[in-house]
Amino acid sequence: MELAFAVVIGALTASGVYLMLRARTFPVVLGLTMLSYGVNLFLFSSGRLVTGGQPIIGSAETYSDPLPQALVLTAIVIGFAMTAFVVVLSLRSLADNDNDDHVNGRVPEQDRIPQEQEGANT
Amino acid sequence: MNHWLTAPILIPLIGGILQAFMGYAPIALRRTLAIATTVLMLVAAIVLLVLADDGSYRLYAFGNWQPPFGIVLVLDRLAALMLVMTAVLALFCHIYAIGGTDESSRQFHGLFLFQLLGLNIAFLTGDLFNLFVAFEVLLIASYGLLMHGEGTSRTVPGLHYVVLNLAGSAVFLIAVGMIYSVTGTLNMADLAVKIPQVAEENLPLVKAGGMMLLVVFGLKAAILPLCFWLPGAYSNATAPVAALFAVMTKVGIYAIIRVFTLIFGSQAGELAGLGMDWLFPLALITLTMGVIGALGAASLRKLVAWQVIISVGTLLAAISFGTVAGTSAALFYLLNTTWVVGGLFLVADLVDGQRGSAQDKIVTAPRIANRTFLSVLFLMGAVAAVGLPPLSGFFAKLLILKSAVTESDVAWLWSVLLIGSFFTLIAYSRAGSIVFWRNVEGHIEEPQKLTPSLSVSASALISLSIVMVILAGPISRYAEDTAAQLHDTSAYTDILSKPMVGEEK
Repeated sequence: MELAFAVVIGALTASGVYLMLRARTFPVVLGLTMLSYGVNLFLFSSGRLVTGGQPIIGSAETYSDPLPQALVLTAIVIGFAMTAFVVVLSLRSLADNDNDDHVNGRVPEQDRIPQEQEGANT
Repeated sequence: MNHWLTAPILIPLIGGILQAFMGYAPIALRRTLAIATTVLMLVAAIVLLVLADDGSYRLYAFGNWQPPFGIVLVLDRLAALMLVMTAVLALFCHIYAIGGTDESSRQFHGLFLFQLLGLNIAFLTGDLFNLFVAFEVLLIASYGLLMHGEGTSRTVPGLHYVVLNLAGSAVFLIAVGMIYSVTGTLNMADLAVKIPQVAEENLPLVKAGGMMLLVVFGLKAAILPLCFWLPGAYSNATAPVAALFAVMTKVGIYAIIRVFTLIFGSQAGELAGLGMDWLFPLALITLTMGVIGALGAASLRKLVAWQVIISVGTLLAAISFGTVAGTSAALFYLLNTTWVVGGLFLVADLVDGQRGSAQDKIVTAPRIANRTFLSVLFLMGAVAAVGLPPLSGFFAKLLILKSAVTESDVAWLWSVLLIGSFFTLIAYSRAGSIVFWRNVEGHIEEPQKLTPSLSVSASALISLSIVMVILAGPISRYAEDTAAQLHDTSAYTDILSKPMVGEEK
């Protein structure tokens, strides 16, 4: 279980970081979401993984640490609100920059298509 | 248990909630209530400062839960100092905002008060996870405030700011998780007790957690590799917001002082002084970067935004010594720089309003209206920020220079700080002489009127540097006591043994 859990956290974080480094807002928002999933799982595991345990002493043979569960709940709520805000902000950025969804609000210099070529394509 | 401790949190919270429901009330009523809330908060902060000055720790445990099991608010000299500093800055920014900035959004006052709420929780809390929550509260309010205003220029810097801070929050959570997984506590006093007892095999985890905390606080404070978001975000924000944000980088610095003297301080065994050997060179490079940025700034706002980075570098250099003298010098400089930089942002905005299409760009333009008043304010602000006598910046920088002890520290700090100050002086003189003296023919249509709320708040913030010179004795005495209290961590950890129930009879 530990190995699977660790691999999932690693994969989520790695893909989250990769997506966050992209130049357009949609992958960045997705990356932030995945990163926050990875972080939430990590935070959850900081109370150690317990199978069949309850966060109340005496109700089962083993018990699990309730505090990380509370922390994760807080982090999920905050992360959710922040993601919603980033989505709205990216839409606003899209509208403010003539339908350009780049994080910098403009097409990077090296990707710019020369004018005549762009005209030929459309 | 002292219920006064909740006042700086409850006052802006209730005021902010009221504002959220009154978006459509007449603006005069909203303004009156908002200013009344900020004034009340200042009063509460001053009461707490007087309380805290006896050098004891005061606690407020939520639900009477004995720490480390519940969340506590802790009031000490440092917390009280930060509260008063924020409240004073906030009051003048708020007065400036009612001069017209608050008209473009119905929720301006609500967001402003929620921002103060987040700041006050961050300064009072004695729990690492609660600090994270406080950061999120102040950040989400700051996202709203940063986007406040007309035009589309703020969207891209705002997006960068939000994404960076979300990534920072993720790192913060990872750090908190790492530290919790080893120590089993997040209460700061309890952490200070548990960290020296960490078993050998778990040390790398705690060390990694601590270093990641330093990265997060460094991002908030804008230390060099993490500072490039700042000039764009600050120079595009509306003036009172930018001025209030002068305190936002100081939250990161506060967190560094708190966590790295209390938890990873000299008593932390294997982990004593964690990260401090990184902090000193980074602080000096930050300072240099800030000076280079200031020299190249194309507008007054950018110049002041780079001044924020210069002051962060100066502060952290002094803090990284980890000595009482260094910390107390840093605290004195902290007060000076926060207020003066806030004031300079307001002055830059006033100049902007007087120059028509030249705005606050450092270019020649027709002679501005109210030139004498604004140029004197700018001169005083620049003198206080650069650190020339007779204003308070000089004393602050002198204290910082004196706090360096070892030979290599003295050599590096003196040379970087003094040469940096010299070039900052050049940047300010260049900006000031072009903006105020080098005029071309022509006149400006409809310069902005200098209403009392605008001119009073800007000049009050700048002239606080004169007040600080007059009160230099008491303030530096308080800063020294604060630093001494900070470095005596055993008193802080004693709060764990204070009984919460049945104390007051």
